[in-house]
Amino acid sequence: MRDKLRVGSAPHIHSGEAASKVMWAVFFSLVPSGIAGVFIFGISAVKVILVSVVTCVVTEALIQKLNHKKITVSDGSAALTGLLLAYNLSSHVPFWIPLIGGIFAIAVCKHTFGGLGANIFNPALAARAFLLASWPKHMTDFVRPFNLDGLSSATPLAVLKEAKLQSVEAMGLSYTDLFLGNRGGCLGEVCVLALVLGAVYLLWRGYIWYHAPVGFILTASVLSMLFSQQGFLKGDFFFSILTGGLILGAFFMATDYVTTPMTKKGQLIFGIGCGVLTFVIRRFGGYPEGVSYSILMMNAATPLIDRWVKPRRYGAKVSGLTGKRV
Amino acid sequence: MKRLLKEFTKGITIENPTFGLVLGLCPALAVSTSVYNALGMGAAATFVLVGSNIIISAVRKVIPDQIRIPCYIVIIATFVTIVELLMKAYMPSLDRALGIFVPLIVVNCIVLGRAEAFASKNNVLHSFCDGLGMGVGFTLALCLIASIREVLGSGKFLGMSIMKGFEPAIMMVLAPGALLTMGLLIGLVNYWQIKRKSGKEIRRAGCHGCG
Repeated sequence: MRDKLRVGSAPHIHSGEAASKVMWAVFFSLVPSGIAGVFIFGISAVKVILVSVVTCVVTEALIQKLNHKKITVSDGSAALTGLLLAYNLSSHVPFWIPLIGGIFAIAVCKHTFGGLGANIFNPALAARAFLLASWPKHMTDFVRPFNLDGLSSATPLAVLKEAKLQSVEAMGLSYTDLFLGNRGGCLGEVCVLALVLGAVYLLWRGYIWYHAPVGFILTASVLSMLFSQQGFLKGDFFFSILTGGLILGAFFMATDYVTTPMTKKGQLIFGIGCGVLTFVIRRFGGYPEGVSYSILMMNAATPLIDRWVKPRRYGAKVSGLTGKRV
Repeated sequence: MKRLLKEFTKGITIENPTFGLVLGLCPALAVSTSVYNALGMGAAATFVLVGSNIIISAVRKVIPDQIRIPCYIVIIATFVTIVELLMKAYMPSLDRALGIFVPLIVVNCIVLGRAEAFASKNNVLHSFCDGLGMGVGFTLALCLIASIREVLGSGKFLGMSIMKGFEPAIMMVLAPGALLTMGLLIGLVNYWQIKRKSGKEIRRAGCHGCG
């Protein structure tokens, strides 16, 4: 609908920005993390990424063809969904996991709602939730980094939850290991350095705002520090940031244009909500990690936040005391 | 005769309780984890529907209008109690599987809806056909949902393994699987209806009696 609306009177300058350009920018900002994932977990990670991206693109093209719609796979949104889905999987999964996940993400989570811009939930995360509920054995089978035999290894958060090993040293890890990705986990979430590089690029280009990621990361980490299993104020601030999918989720999924609030204030509320939910799931829930579920739950609250936090209409007066429109 | 057939088939096709009227969804979602449960639930609901429709239609002229709903509920509850006790006595495993959803047939909106919308206005024979049609329609819809969920969610059909080396998606036998299957099936049914009546306004299957 919006593509058809062309108001053209005075000569306007076009900035050259379009949905497809942003999508491809996010896609390429995620590439370093994928390279790191392949470096850490070996060639099986390439297989997962390829299957996932190709499935998403092919599914989107097929559905648009069947619906007699314009085929828009070149805008990169399906490829981005595929990439994000792959980053949320263990490198060890059988090939049909990303295949089914990709079909589910595009067909059920995106196109039943009407395609790009109409979906309520982040397709990649919804597909991950579906896969995790359906095949928990494969989805939680993480391999040890730099290991060709495919030996399993628990993620640091799972160790924290089950074995109650509280310090990083007790797990045989260091903060450098966590920062560079020398730990078990999903293939795109482990290398924090590569993710931060991509995020800095997106922030510098103005494609994402810092509000949601900062609100998300700070809330989750401060809460984990304050109310840890050892008692008040005894948690590990950096551990909660560097483990799990917090960085990947905060910078690349809590900033999705479609499924998060439109305003900066709304994004901040979204981020804080994600942080609280992530903390609650990690600390009290049945799963060791809660980033994906927290983002999905806040996706559901996005229309509510958008209703509540409306941008000021141009020219409208604002009362100094209450901030309400007069 | 033609009328009787019409009253029977409408419950299976255009006014299907699950996909047309979208009534009685709680049991449809909750017990459709296996085809066996779906058949049991469908049979129980059909028995209650037919029985209550016949009795309510027979006594429709003596029930005072002001207290008709309590009267319907008493009649429906009688039949539900019969089903429940029969099931407990002869099919204890099915009774355990269906659990609370057998007694809950009392408040199933299909049963009360047919009593209010049809049986209280039509003669015994027509009400019997209506109840039977609705019951069969409900059973078929339940079996359709259950076969999809059982095949995908536990790799079985009626308890028999059907595919070797197939790893079932556990989520399909859990609550989200029920909602997903239901939503996609209703979407499919609507798509067919829109296609069949393309050009004309889509006639919504009547919910007129439920006011």
